[in-house]
Amino acid sequence: MKQFLSFVKKEFYHIFRDHRTMFILLGMPVVQIIIFGFALTNEVKNSRIAVLDMAKDEASASLINELEASRYFEIEKYLLSYQEVEAEFKTGRIHMAVILPQNFSSDLLHLNTAQVQLIADASDPNMANTLTNYASAIIMDYLERITDGRKLPYTIKTEYRMLYNPQMKGAYNFVPGVMAMVLMLVCTMMTAITIVREKETGTMEVLLVSPVQPLKIVVAKAVPYMLLSMVNIATILLLSVFVLDVPINGSLLLLVLESILFTLTSLAFGLFISSVTNSQQTAMFISLTGMFLPTIMLSGFMFPIENMPGILQYISNVVPAKWYYIIVRSVMIKGTGLATVWKETLILFGMLLFLLFMSIKTFKIRLA
Amino acid sequence: MKAAVIAENLVKTYGTKKEVTQALKGVSFEVAPGELFGIIGPDGAGKTSLFRILTTLLLADSGRAEVDGFDVVKNYEDIRHRVGYMPGRFSLYQDLTVEENLEFFATIFNTTIEENHDLIKDIYAHIEPFKNRRAGKLSGGMKQKLALSCALIHRPTVLFLDEPTTGVDAVSRKEFWEMLRMLKSQGITILVSTPYMDEASRCDRVALVQNGAIMSINTPEGITCNYGKALVAVKAENMFRLLKDLKGFSGLVDSYPFGEYHHAVLKPGTTEEALLAYLQQQGHGQPELKTAKPDIEDCFIALMKTTS
Repeated sequence: MKQFLSFVKKEFYHIFRDHRTMFILLGMPVVQIIIFGFALTNEVKNSRIAVLDMAKDEASASLINELEASRYFEIEKYLLSYQEVEAEFKTGRIHMAVILPQNFSSDLLHLNTAQVQLIADASDPNMANTLTNYASAIIMDYLERITDGRKLPYTIKTEYRMLYNPQMKGAYNFVPGVMAMVLMLVCTMMTAITIVREKETGTMEVLLVSPVQPLKIVVAKAVPYMLLSMVNIATILLLSVFVLDVPINGSLLLLVLESILFTLTSLAFGLFISSVTNSQQTAMFISLTGMFLPTIMLSGFMFPIENMPGILQYISNVVPAKWYYIIVRSVMIKGTGLATVWKETLILFGMLLFLLFMSIKTFKIRLA
Repeated sequence: MKAAVIAENLVKTYGTKKEVTQALKGVSFEVAPGELFGIIGPDGAGKTSLFRILTTLLLADSGRAEVDGFDVVKNYEDIRHRVGYMPGRFSLYQDLTVEENLEFFATIFNTTIEENHDLIKDIYAHIEPFKNRRAGKLSGGMKQKLALSCALIHRPTVLFLDEPTTGVDAVSRKEFWEMLRMLKSQGITILVSTPYMDEASRCDRVALVQNGAIMSINTPEGITCNYGKALVAVKAENMFRLLKDLKGFSGLVDSYPFGEYHHAVLKPGTTEEALLAYLQQQGHGQPELKTAKPDIEDCFIALMKTTS
């Protein structure tokens, strides 16, 4: 036990004395949360639009007001003729144009129907989609308000609710993703690198010719990274709750336990990499291509798995991050319990056992 | 008394099917308890492979070895408890201080610095003033002393030192050998490898290795006594031409540069006078000739010629 603690202490010295490692370990989660939270967001805020109001009546004016009052749109320009619309798009200043025809108010009141045209710049299809959706929602809202109390003949109203994330915040999606990524990076890559570094510098040679069981050496190296991962999980959760307003709807204990399970799986993978490689560069390369890229690409965090070709969908099943991502989303955002994520938990547990078995099997008690 | 280290016919091969390097070609020797045993040979002779097999870090292809009565394959754990090993490359933690390194190694060997302080105190005294310095910032000689302290911290029965004096200045080398003498007096068996022939005389016995095979095992005196040929040191104005002319003389077994002289090994029947006459005939004026006492390097060169 004393040996073990002395190893852990030594490992912390290594970490704290290397500022670059320190930054990667502790700065990374903060930086990622901030980048994803404020820069890399697909939410649309203050999008510039142009308005061509050919009616200039009471109803059109109040609808335009509604649009402007929302935080999604900012009216860049009022247009005077239909010809100006395309010219305005070509300047690239606006993303959408709203066109209200003549007699908007009277059509609405007397014919019970009126038309609004939304023209969006679909060179960015996602953005165009989001903007027209927002605008439609605002228009529907407005319509509901002015027709309040009155019955309209033959209208079908679609009513929708965005479950678990009514404001459609991107943070709900990327917080689980960033958690998976950071844990992966810290546990798999850093652990693999630090063990392989001992092989590279020759200290492993001295450690092997000592009474310490080789497996104990490796486990002792993993412990500090496990502790740091716990710190990282706490940082990410605190940042997401207090800075990004992402709530933890489910049980915090379950969330932490699942995170520990994922951390252990990542550590086991790191140990496996370290026992099959002999240079830091190879270890880094394997962790990046074998873990980091699949975590980003195939976990469902950046790109929906349902849209992928069949073969990639199959491959995505062996990426531990995919299952962890599903678990975190369920527990943290949807607020569900173990009853709904037991399958994913079991899969992660299976992966952990497999990776542990593999790393013990490939572990070498000698140099070669 | 049973030998402290026994190697029997050790063979080690590296490489794939395409390119095979034989690092050890059947090496056998025994080291008595308390002996200071030197393994002398140039780079690539197989010294490190041999040390790694004996310290249980590598498996030999064939042959067997025992350290302190334990088999290096079967009882590797027992060996790891009782030997000290200092690899050829500096293998301590560069980002830990001198004291932290020593403490760390003391703990993993289940001991404390205090417990064996008397064993290392003479060595550690040299580096104690720098105990708060990071190991990476020490000079070459200091690093070796720290590494030796760490290898000794658990009072090993057998100490393996792989090229401890390579890359160390002459003064530190001398100090280092004095430390080994001191450790020997404490009853520790020491195996030390070195590429420096002049260090052979400091060992009790030496094994001369070349290309993975032992050419000779003997005491340093024994090796030089077995030389059995007449050796002449020659010096002249033009040393370069002198060597060329020596090579051209049929009465010599061998000739090679040796410090400020050239050494010429005479064939039986060739006299110094005959050599002198030949050199004068070649226009070397009045070359200086003197009978030389063969040292380990001369023996090594001679052995290399006969084995190859």
